[in-house]
Amino acid sequence: MHSRKLAFGNLMKLLRSFAVTGCGLVLVVLAIGGCNKTATDSNEILIGHYASLTGSQATFGNATDTAVHMAVEEINAAGGINGKKMRLITYDDKGDKREAGTTVTRLITKDKVVAVLGEVASGLSLAAAPICQENGVPMLSPSSTNPKVTKVGDMIFRCCFIDPFQGAVCARFAVEHPKLKAKTAAILYDQSAPYSVGLQEEFEKAFVKLKGEIVLKQTYQEGDQDFSAQLTAIRGSKPDVIFIPGYYTEVGSIAVQARKLGIETPMLGGDGWESPKLGEVAGKAFNGCYYSNHYSSQDPNPRIQDFIKKYKAKYNETPEAMAALGYDATYILAEAIKRAKSLSGKDIAAEIAKTKDFDGVTGKITIDADRNAVKAAVMLEMKDGVATYVSTIQPGM
Amino acid sequence: MTNSASKPTAASPVLPQITDHSRIGIFQGLWPFAIGIILAALMYAILPNAIGQYYSRIVIDIGIAMIMAVSLNIVNGLTGQFSIGHAGFMTLGGYAAGMITYYGSLLLWDSQAKHGGFLGAGDWMFVASCLVGGLVAAAAGYLVGLPSLRLRGDYLAIVTLGFGEILRVVLQNTGKVLEDSAALRSAKWSQLIPPPVGGALGFDAIPKYTNLFWVYVFLTFTVVIAYRLKQSSLGRAMISVREDEIASQAMGVNVARYKVLAFVLAAFFAGIAGGLFAHESGLNISPNDAGFQRSFDYVIMTVLGGRGSITGVMLAAMILTALPEVLRDFEQYRLIVFALLLIIMMLVRPQGLFGIKEIWQIWPGTGRRTAS
Repeated sequence: MHSRKLAFGNLMKLLRSFAVTGCGLVLVVLAIGGCNKTATDSNEILIGHYASLTGSQATFGNATDTAVHMAVEEINAAGGINGKKMRLITYDDKGDKREAGTTVTRLITKDKVVAVLGEVASGLSLAAAPICQENGVPMLSPSSTNPKVTKVGDMIFRCCFIDPFQGAVCARFAVEHPKLKAKTAAILYDQSAPYSVGLQEEFEKAFVKLKGEIVLKQTYQEGDQDFSAQLTAIRGSKPDVIFIPGYYTEVGSIAVQARKLGIETPMLGGDGWESPKLGEVAGKAFNGCYYSNHYSSQDPNPRIQDFIKKYKAKYNETPEAMAALGYDATYILAEAIKRAKSLSGKDIAAEIAKTKDFDGVTGKITIDADRNAVKAAVMLEMKDGVATYVSTIQPGM
Repeated sequence: MTNSASKPTAASPVLPQITDHSRIGIFQGLWPFAIGIILAALMYAILPNAIGQYYSRIVIDIGIAMIMAVSLNIVNGLTGQFSIGHAGFMTLGGYAAGMITYYGSLLLWDSQAKHGGFLGAGDWMFVASCLVGGLVAAAAGYLVGLPSLRLRGDYLAIVTLGFGEILRVVLQNTGKVLEDSAALRSAKWSQLIPPPVGGALGFDAIPKYTNLFWVYVFLTFTVVIAYRLKQSSLGRAMISVREDEIASQAMGVNVARYKVLAFVLAAFFAGIAGGLFAHESGLNISPNDAGFQRSFDYVIMTVLGGRGSITGVMLAAMILTALPEVLRDFEQYRLIVFALLLIIMMLVRPQGLFGIKEIWQIWPGTGRRTAS
């Protein structure tokens, strides 16, 4: 009897806890619902952008976002899209997949944007892309190079080249460039970054195809400080070139430590090297190293120099490749919306797919049947901390 | 008759009557579960239309965070150990569950897409996979719990941290996801070991079954079982370990057993939460989820909620999950505001929101009922 009574009392408490948490939940929901009402103006076209404005890849996210802002301002100053002003909503995803999914859901279902720009990191684009696909809102990634991203569905596009192309460009450059003429290569890649893992696979495939030999593969983790063990092993294997498809944060330390160990072998990398910080960190250690990129700020093409001048005037720094891609992505999207019959996702996606020979800062961009951009890559050489233009490699080699 | 005075029977009438808490069995009285399931079904039916996809998603995230916080509370709050590898158990459970639904769907239905509607065949496979994920995580919890026989405090924390980091690196070295059923059927053993779960890029293409209903059904089970555990003799023993290990050992409590039990139970629920996490849309579970950053999110929830207070950590989980979204209007300052709020909360209530009490014990008017 006593025990029954006790059980009942406890269960009443439990019930009350349910009620209290339920009420709390409702309150929280109301609180979030109460604030931030977006007024929808029929004279505006809403564009969403999600980016890592904070977190470990914040430099990429911020560079992209400033350029996207700049492009939107320019488009509006030039009269907008068919008389309507473009309005940009940017949300920070902290470089966290959970937040990327939430922000894209918010952009699409609450703010009701007509199209979404983002993300830089392929892992985050992959997380959010299915939401865009499901809701029928086109997503244009400025710089996710992993091939899987656009395979999510017919609403997902990108305006950069993909890893297989970049890997092939690096491999071809290593074999053919007169200063390299590589027959053997060692690879040192970041095991924790999908970008790095994907790119090294593609490089290996292309390099072996060109009758090269991969003599050694070594790995590191994001945030590592000491690379002497891997570098000593690489020194022993005597490669003609070392391929390091990592991010600039670690690549800088790798170069300095390699030179300290007496390794004079040229190093080769991908667009993850692109950052003004790279020269600051490593300086002369990078002499004789090359990386592939989306564009070169030294290219005399007036379209590029014009963009750099405007960007410098506004933000007082040289734009990196992520900024250039963000800028191009915004223009491609704006032109597609301009051409589209209506603002429905389907019509805009159809027009993005038709983009042909778009004259962007990062080269002539054509969207192919797989919704990837077909465009050239440039190879840059590091000279005393400055990335100098070497050559342009066209697609379809 | 000189020895009659020393007979134990003489003292028995004076002994206070002991309430046998262990008789409140874990499965006695099923109606809280029924209420939870009905509430979950109502949420599933009403919420998405009433508040939209965005808020529903936050409510789902809150539910998953609550399961994580309540389960971690069994180790950190009730038993007084300090685990900072809880996200490791979650990720392990998530990968196990994801493998079952992804490769199971490929084998059974030749496609990884969702199969069947609400409560359809795919849904039941998803539920089973979450439970299996829980069991896999529980097995890992047993292994991690074992060193706790010898370690305590900071040293145990390092072991749990190490578990999460080891798991992260192991998952980074897994193979590529097999794309379709043909690839799966013709796969060689070398492709299956290490398991094909995507490596550093994460395990994408898992069918997205997680919805409000299942999250809140699992949350109901977690909370009711955690609450009954706390009230039972098992929970009392765990609390005694928290308060004073040596004293409880002197009282005959098998300290090691209760520590391991706490780890296994907590890991089981974390594994279930991982299954829900892996099947949520707009999320690909990836090795980085096992790292200490995510673990710390949940540690903060238990600290903020109060040691051992189930309702406290639930409230903390709700606040900490919803707050970053509420603060979106502050743009880039939101994380600063978020951190400031945390500091203020810890200064104002260092013992956590509810301390060691449950919400009804500090509810105005109810007064002090039972100490726990």
